[in-house]
Amino acid sequence: MVGYWNLFWTFFKIGLFTFGGGAAMLPMLRSEVVEKNRWATDEELLDYYSIGQCTPGIIAINTATFVGYKLRGVTGAVLTTFGVVAPSVVIITLIASVLQNFMHNPYVSQAFVGIRIVVVALVAEAVVELWKKGVHGRIGLFIFALSLCSLVFFSLSPIAVILIASTTGLVYLKWGRK
Amino acid sequence: MIYLLLFWEFFKIGLLAIGGGLVTIPFLMELTEHYDWFSKQQLADMIAVSESTPGPIGVNMATYGGFNAAGIAGGLVATFGLVFPSLVVIVLISKYVMKYQSCATFQNILLGIRPAVLALILYAGCILAELAVTDIKSGFVCLVSFALVHHWHKLHPIIFILGGAVVGILFEL
Repeated sequence: MVGYWNLFWTFFKIGLFTFGGGAAMLPMLRSEVVEKNRWATDEELLDYYSIGQCTPGIIAINTATFVGYKLRGVTGAVLTTFGVVAPSVVIITLIASVLQNFMHNPYVSQAFVGIRIVVVALVAEAVVELWKKGVHGRIGLFIFALSLCSLVFFSLSPIAVILIASTTGLVYLKWGRK
Repeated sequence: MIYLLLFWEFFKIGLLAIGGGLVTIPFLMELTEHYDWFSKQQLADMIAVSESTPGPIGVNMATYGGFNAAGIAGGLVATFGLVFPSLVVIVLISKYVMKYQSCATFQNILLGIRPAVLALILYAGCILAELAVTDIKSGFVCLVSFALVHHWHKLHPIIFILGGAVVGILFEL
């Protein structure tokens, strides 16, 4: 059984090293939750993302809550949620109260620019690694292409994209596969 | 009193904002019209700081907004308000997800959704790239870091993130 402190601390680290939104959290989440602790599989993580995308609240929190609940029920969910939020609360409070000029320091802003670039590379690598787990056969490729097109060319909302994908997948797997 | 109000307003944002952290921005914009917690100019600063500092953007903005309105306790209350709906909704949903995980139809739906989620993540990555890669120098750094990340993909992301900070300072990005 996973210890409470371990859960909190792991998600504290994930929150501390997430620079950006839900997608930027994925590399840390995979490294800590899937590879190091084996608390969930890559497939499960993708499922949590899809559900987190369609339910109230921001994705980063929803995914953290999901993993926490899976491991230790309601207490686990509370711990992972607070863990992922705690670094934000501390750092933003410090910046807003005493470090108002912190962001104007040239070294600090250069460091953050560098981090943001690396985060792009990390997210791209996460997509590459998850490809084998998430995209199967021609139908998988089709749904991927369809989703990407509807995002890029038609600016569909993520919820619409997920609804279309689930319908397509269900129809194909139920009646189309022969 | 202001704490109750803060909790309520951010609770509503947590409940109504569906998706990534940036979807909370229009809601925060609306707050500037009803309350004097922070101005539109301050909101612009909040977004900039929240995007680059550690932590999910949505959470950062809630803490910042709450702090601007009512100090440290305000930041705590606003963050808690934002997070609360997620906690309740996800706990309720999780029960059913775990229960139906072995159901064949549910599995089929998930098989269809996973490629779409990857497309969503890739798209989010492209938006991040648009913000981060602004010139030839940053584009070059991005390509090189992808090559390194791809080659040493077993290494912890923290190592690359810290490396990115060092490179940013050394190359004055």
